[in-house]
Amino acid sequence: MIRLIYYELIKIFLKKRTYLGFGIVLVIVPLVEVAMKLEGGRFLTVAMRGLSKDFLFFGNIFNGWFVAHQIMNSLWLHIPLLISFVAGDQLAGEATAGTYRLILIRPVSRTRIFISKYITTLIYTVIFVFFLAALSIGLALALLGRGDLIILNRNILLLPESEVAWRFIIAYLLAALTMIAIASISFFFSSFVENAIGPIVATMGLLIVCTVITVMPVEMFEIPKKFLFTRYMDMWQKIFLDPIPWNEVKIGILYMSAWTLAAVLGAWGVFVEKDILS
Amino acid sequence: MNENILQTRQLGKRYGKRWAVKNLNLEVHRGDVFGFLGPNGAGKSTTIRMILSLIKPTIGETELFGYSLKSNRSDALRRVGGIVEKPDFYLYLSAYKNLEIIGALSGGVRRKKILEVLDLVGLTSRAADRVKTYSHGMKQRLGIAQALLSDPELVILDEPTNGLDPQGMKEVRGLIVHLSREQKKTIILSSHLLNEIEIVANRMVIINDGELVVQGDVSKLLDEGEKYVVIQAQPQKKVEAVLQRLKNIIGKYAVKDRTFEVWMDFADIPELNKALVRAGVLVEALIPKRSLEDLFLSMTEHSNEVST
Repeated sequence: MIRLIYYELIKIFLKKRTYLGFGIVLVIVPLVEVAMKLEGGRFLTVAMRGLSKDFLFFGNIFNGWFVAHQIMNSLWLHIPLLISFVAGDQLAGEATAGTYRLILIRPVSRTRIFISKYITTLIYTVIFVFFLAALSIGLALALLGRGDLIILNRNILLLPESEVAWRFIIAYLLAALTMIAIASISFFFSSFVENAIGPIVATMGLLIVCTVITVMPVEMFEIPKKFLFTRYMDMWQKIFLDPIPWNEVKIGILYMSAWTLAAVLGAWGVFVEKDILS
Repeated sequence: MNENILQTRQLGKRYGKRWAVKNLNLEVHRGDVFGFLGPNGAGKSTTIRMILSLIKPTIGETELFGYSLKSNRSDALRRVGGIVEKPDFYLYLSAYKNLEIIGALSGGVRRKKILEVLDLVGLTSRAADRVKTYSHGMKQRLGIAQALLSDPELVILDEPTNGLDPQGMKEVRGLIVHLSREQKKTIILSSHLLNEIEIVANRMVIINDGELVVQGDVSKLLDEGEKYVVIQAQPQKKVEAVLQRLKNIIGKYAVKDRTFEVWMDFADIPELNKALVRAGVLVEALIPKRSLEDLFLSMTEHSNEVST
């Protein structure tokens, strides 16, 4: 199995499209952070909408942690698209290239091939999320320094710097779990089709539909929205609340895991039974 | 007794209401170069996909080396290599890396083996080049190389000469003969060209519309059927006179569209030719024909009509 995963990793990391997401992050994150650095504290002032009249702030609150948190907030809807570029290509890409005919006639079970491909997708997803984390936090701290983290929500919350690092770690772990769920859904769609664009469009379509249902204050959606993964996609934000609502986080983890499991089992069922006609 | 290394029983695949393959019983013996013949769309590739487990049959089963493909897939496929339709690879990787990846799926192969199969198909010097820079013929040869990677006893080649120029076709056919004679491989060769099967195969099956038409030894099948010679020559009267005279070597004859169809042994063609020339006949052509060829030709023509 390790050998299969190794060669799947070779296949994935020698493909140009794999680096598309990394490239975009590598452009956007420095661009935004440098712009914020050049703008100085003006961004924070605008974001606080005059709250500074009523509060007195001491120390460097426009710091790297603050910017890294903003980046995490603002990029989060776009990351699923970048993840699905690769996850959606994992199975459908083989069909498009005609290479199913090479690999599925070997004396290795389809289940083993499936597992190796799925694990590779997970590895890519985790690497991608932590690349985003390392770049956005590392560069932000280098450019803007450290300090307490101010969270601008409905209320203002100031988290002491001693608590910020571990909160970021947990937040990114939860973000990775969310992205794994997205990657699994994309993987599921990938098992159906023979065109790598299909899974990307289907994943984004599902994401949009579920997001709309989640945010719409319509009574008939109240029950179904509890089960939608989009309701829990922002669970990482709860890590920056005080106190942390661990129960809500646990429910979020449960639902994301359930979606992941359902998507993977569904993809496996399709893949092992699939007739290869490409 | 011949050892069956591949056997299909009542194998069938249905798409909706249409049977792509129906009740197919194949027997491939060890050491065979087994021609799998049929016009385009006859069900050859569907059958090969079922044998290589790319497609699940609707009915029937396949046994390879005594193992059921359904219940013991890995053991059944362990001694099989194949190429299905056109050879597709990871184009962004080198030929060597492609073979390394494919080898890993067969339990891993050594560098020496990869270089050996690349050498066999004449691609050693291009081993490090990305496959996207390869011509169709080179990809076809690489396809054969990957089929041989795990040193299989049975090699299944699905139309390996498709799209090749005459020289490429000759090379691939030479390679098939080499694999059979020198490396003692059993080979299933699918083709829509009867003469290709005649050149390299010892046994064959013809399928049409997904059903078996005939199966057996190539030489027997070709000999068993009626044999006749088509004569294109002038003037007709002189030809007829010669045919009357040569009753000792000619069974019967018929005139069709200013040509003669003469039932006779092909070994007597030189004598017929000599007699025609001596009688002052202007001989344009003497074409040996076999009923199997006609049968296959009519199937091919029919499939072309359908496809157009």
